Amino acid sequence: MMKKLSKMPESLKPVHFRFCPGCGHGILHRIIGEIIDELWVREKTIGFAPVGCAVFAYDYFNFDVIETAHGRSPAVATAMKRLLPDRLIFTYQGDGDLAAIGIAEIIHAANRGENFSVIFVNNATYGMTGGQMAPTTLIGQKTTTTTQGRDEKATGYPLKVSEMLATIDGVSLIWRTSLDLPKNVISTKEAIRKAFQYQLDGKGFSLIEVLSPCPTDWWMSPQEALSWMRKNMIPVFPLGVIKDKYSER
Amino acid sequence: MGKIVAATGNEAVAEALRQINPDVCAAYPITPQTDMMQRFASFVSDGKVDTEIMLVESEHSAMSACIGASAGGGRVATATSGPGLALMWEMLYVASGMRLPIVMPVVNRSLSAPLNIHGDHSDAMGARDSGWIQLWSENAQEAYDNTIQAFRIGEHMDIRLPVMVCLDGFIISHSIERMEYLDDNVVKAFVREYKSLNPLLDVENPKSIGPLILPDLYHEYKRAQHEVMTKVKDVVLDVAEDFKKISGRSYGLFETYRLDDAEIAVVILNSAAGTAKDIVDEFREKGIKAGLLKPRLFRPFPYEEVAHALKNLKAVCIMDRADSFGGYGPLFMEVSSALYPLNDRPIMINKIYGLGGRDFMPQHAEIVLDELVEIVKTGKFKTIKEYIGVRE
Repeated sequence: MMKKLSKMPESLKPVHFRFCPGCGHGILHRIIGEIIDELWVREKTIGFAPVGCAVFAYDYFNFDVIETAHGRSPAVATAMKRLLPDRLIFTYQGDGDLAAIGIAEIIHAANRGENFSVIFVNNATYGMTGGQMAPTTLIGQKTTTTTQGRDEKATGYPLKVSEMLATIDGVSLIWRTSLDLPKNVISTKEAIRKAFQYQLDGKGFSLIEVLSPCPTDWWMSPQEALSWMRKNMIPVFPLGVIKDKYSER
Repeated sequence: MGKIVAATGNEAVAEALRQINPDVCAAYPITPQTDMMQRFASFVSDGKVDTEIMLVESEHSAMSACIGASAGGGRVATATSGPGLALMWEMLYVASGMRLPIVMPVVNRSLSAPLNIHGDHSDAMGARDSGWIQLWSENAQEAYDNTIQAFRIGEHMDIRLPVMVCLDGFIISHSIERMEYLDDNVVKAFVREYKSLNPLLDVENPKSIGPLILPDLYHEYKRAQHEVMTKVKDVVLDVAEDFKKISGRSYGLFETYRLDDAEIAVVILNSAAGTAKDIVDEFREKGIKAGLLKPRLFRPFPYEEVAHALKNLKAVCIMDRADSFGGYGPLFMEVSSALYPLNDRPIMINKIYGLGGRDFMPQHAEIVLDELVEIVKTGKFKTIKEYIGVRE
């Protein structure tokens, strides 16, 4: 009999993802499930589902998940983590949830150095509502609300949330990764594992920004979406550790 | 005159906004409104309107932007749904308190939790005390017509109040129906040139809008808001009369359907009224004198007129697609207040239906009318407030 090399993480329910073909959320959910299994923390993990395409996180994660109002997860998570300091608490937020409607909450949670972890999924568009301009949309990128391409004079520039948050003293770890290549998927896993470990060690606020493809709302095939990410998105949102308070010492 | 089209509710209202060509629109996507402002964003991109569109980061900012533009002297619109309207709550009161005639289509959606994107009236009912005029629409045609009339009503120099135009999420916003568009120049002439009132910036005559007013005068400001609301009904009727001239379609404070000689009736808002009218017809065919009243102007509520319309009934069911938990449904509370001053009133019951997009089916209207028949026969009712269409 052949040896089984891979199986579903226990932290994921044995169900099929309903994301669009080529979407990054499935990969990211899988990574998070694997890390939680490997850290043996499934029984004490609480996830925060956003408003956006990842709203159905509770259908996939095999641990407690709370749904919050759009953008409010960092405020809710702050209080929950303070009440339950021994739990692993993470928010899973898209660029609409975190960088637009919830920008105030994330800044203040970061500034307080709250000891929870943030998975920030950046696909440069509002995915669930059908591809409107997000704060992270690239200059010239066509969306359903910028049909001639984003014009910075009318709608501003791609908001670099990670760089902005890295200026805050309360922040421990900010790391931007991508799901475009296997090696970047591996480093995404490394980054999230580090964020969760920092939380378990009581080291404070961490945020992992994950650049993720949205072929549907970019009007591309999954393969084109990955090339587009490399060519257009990564130069604007460069990958790597942006701040690590503990490696600086 | 005009043209006949197949359009969704969202498309129809976006078309009305295109024809009106406001100075400023704030846009923030929220299901099921998203596609309305998205269509409008395309009109901006394609040069079909001169509107300055602001793609803002939340509904709180959307309404704030509208307040800024309206206080600056512009004709302003935005649109929202459910939780978006809830997030605007603070700003709604600011807009009405500053007497800014902003027009906002509200594609009705339920509120969290649990999270639900489908249609019910919890959003607009939650905003009923915010000082906004509310017009409700049964279908895409009414949503289109109400949007055009809303500008005339809100901008009337005796009124100057913001107006919500409510239409049911998905049921109307996303369903295609046959409807009639007016010609662009007809709409333009109907809404007229926008006249601002006391706009900033007026250097000859500087002023403050929305300043800190403490107990010495705040009470008087609020009474002024109450008083202006008493003038709205007449303006709504005047505007409707003008609108009839350009469209041939009649609007009032509410619509009555086979109500004149009715003994039993339902009072019901928006799309479900269309379903209920079919069942009223069926009961009429059986020789039962059934009727219907569909409110259009919910704020200010036309108490005397509604009382007059319902006074000869023996029993009436007021149907709410929203609940005031621990109280009766919001529409029931208004209608029962309207009927209270009468010496002889119909027996009133309240059904809560269709929350979170639960379908309102013809058989639900049948159940309700059957119950009213029984109430008339026995003179007794089992309970005032009850949920219908519940999965047990």
